[in-house]
Amino acid sequence: MSLRNYFHSLEPHFEKGGKYEKYYPLFEMVETIFFTSNTVTKVAPHARSFVDMKRVMTYVVISTIPCILWALYNTGLQTNSVLATMSVEAQSGWRITLLQLTGLGIDPDSLISNVFHGLLYFLPIYLTTLIAGGICEVTFATIRGHEVNEGFLVSSMLFALTLPASTPLWQVALGIAFGVVVGKEVFGGTGKNFLNPALTGRAFLYFAYPAYMSGDSIWTPVDGYSGATSLGIAAAEGYESLSNYGITWADAFLGTIQGSLGETSTLACAIGLVFLLLTKIANYRMVIGCLLGMIIFSSFLNWVGSDTNPMFSMPWYWHLVIGSYAFGLVFMVTEPVSGSHTNLGRYIYGALIGFMVVMIRVLNPAFPEGMMLAILFGNIFAPLIDHFVVMANIKRRAKFNVQTQ
Amino acid sequence: MSQTRKELLIDPLVDNNPITLQVLGICSALAVTSSLNVAFVMSLAVIAVCGFSSLFISFLRHYIPNSIRIIVQMVIIASLVILVDQIIKAYAYEISKTLSVFVGLIITNCIVMGRAEAFAMKNKPFESFVDGVGNGLGYSLLLMSVGVIRELFGSGSLFGVMIFEPVSNGGWYVPNGLLLLPPSAFFIIGFIIWGVRTWKKSQVEAREYKIQTLEEH
Repeated sequence: MSLRNYFHSLEPHFEKGGKYEKYYPLFEMVETIFFTSNTVTKVAPHARSFVDMKRVMTYVVISTIPCILWALYNTGLQTNSVLATMSVEAQSGWRITLLQLTGLGIDPDSLISNVFHGLLYFLPIYLTTLIAGGICEVTFATIRGHEVNEGFLVSSMLFALTLPASTPLWQVALGIAFGVVVGKEVFGGTGKNFLNPALTGRAFLYFAYPAYMSGDSIWTPVDGYSGATSLGIAAAEGYESLSNYGITWADAFLGTIQGSLGETSTLACAIGLVFLLLTKIANYRMVIGCLLGMIIFSSFLNWVGSDTNPMFSMPWYWHLVIGSYAFGLVFMVTEPVSGSHTNLGRYIYGALIGFMVVMIRVLNPAFPEGMMLAILFGNIFAPLIDHFVVMANIKRRAKFNVQTQ
Repeated sequence: MSQTRKELLIDPLVDNNPITLQVLGICSALAVTSSLNVAFVMSLAVIAVCGFSSLFISFLRHYIPNSIRIIVQMVIIASLVILVDQIIKAYAYEISKTLSVFVGLIITNCIVMGRAEAFAMKNKPFESFVDGVGNGLGYSLLLMSVGVIRELFGSGSLFGVMIFEPVSNGGWYVPNGLLLLPPSAFFIIGFIIWGVRTWKKSQVEAREYKIQTLEEH
């Protein structure tokens, strides 16, 4: 019996009146992995497009591939570099045992050793995200009777990439559960969330366990090693002194610096952005708005200057490459659901986020990084921006009518 | 009077809870629930103020001119709040410092005003007193539930007694810092309301709009 026929034979049990009617979402989820959906539009308007939700979400997952690959390499590179400077006795743990058993060893110069070591950090985090978030998602889908869709794959991938490699797995599970439930499901599921679910989960962890999320020793998961984040250094001593720590602009652009798993490399994010823009998944207006907001406001602060706060003098091209600005810009700002929906609104929405990032990074002493908070802030304002854009349009049209009559 | 005194006392606990159903008094519930000691004192204060203000307003209900009734009610409530504030300062000075303005803000607590306006102005003194205490208890029940969650998971203790030993003291529990911040009470109250309305379907509000499906179009 072919797989197609097998699904057909199962289907009656899951349809209305069938034995497992309650579990239809689960059946639907598994079936659509193999085949396109049988559900077709039955009533007008018959808008036809090959870009359905599944494809949109799959494209976003594809666009994160450069970041994932870089995450594997860089996490391994950072960890190996630190471990290589330590004595042999200090190196222990199942990852290191595994590395030595396979004969790869701790070698920061070996590509394979780095990628493998990075994989040993990334995979547990990602699998935990999938399992914990998946349980929440499937539970809600079963109770509420909506589909389990690919949006969750995107959220879980983005969530995993924003975490530091050293995050304990129970925190990962807690974070994604909070993100899926509070960020998405309580508002009705994919397409009805006004906040980005991945960022909601990340923000939960950020406030719940600040010591694990924004400290010194967290980025590189080695006990007893500590190093300030590049934004921390820039805030304390000015961006010029980053070179004293061996961080050049090219390093930051390429991503060979410490940071959360997937967000160190501006280059990898840029490749993802090009893909998203070419496939028209990401709206270029948001990207332009966000870039302009950041460039204009940081240049303004450069011009104002400050004697006490070295962040004032950080130029925009440094803002672009350190911290999570690039990652947030590509994958979070451009998210179509929680962003603005009008074209003019998208420029304003992007600009608001760009402005807020610089605002939080430079003027707020409490948080060195501002991208996550700025995007959540933008998400909350997006409906209001749309409202004013629509109202302005109505007003303009009304005036136009009076003149012609 | 359709409700018995027992109903007046019990109803506000779950079926007609001032916080979960009427969504009143949220502000203080956010601010004072990070530790149980503080939440407990606050609960007592609200029960006392709510009960006695209803009692006195009910005594005076025939003499209060309708046009200035809110002012008269405020005077009675404010006097009681000042009294309670002084007592707390005298006997629990440390807690009074944590509570700071929130005892004073009981004056503007919608639950107290709401009971005075909706019940005490129209009912006999003893019934009003029972109703006031009942609503105070409903408020307290929620305050204490939120307080238990926030203190237990936020600092690992209950009433200041260590239950989960935190990592910083050599224990195993990693305290959840979010629960010590006021916004967490928003989430917790939201979850509690969700739970109560799943349990008691009659509390679910009617939909304001219905999302149209394609087939109905």
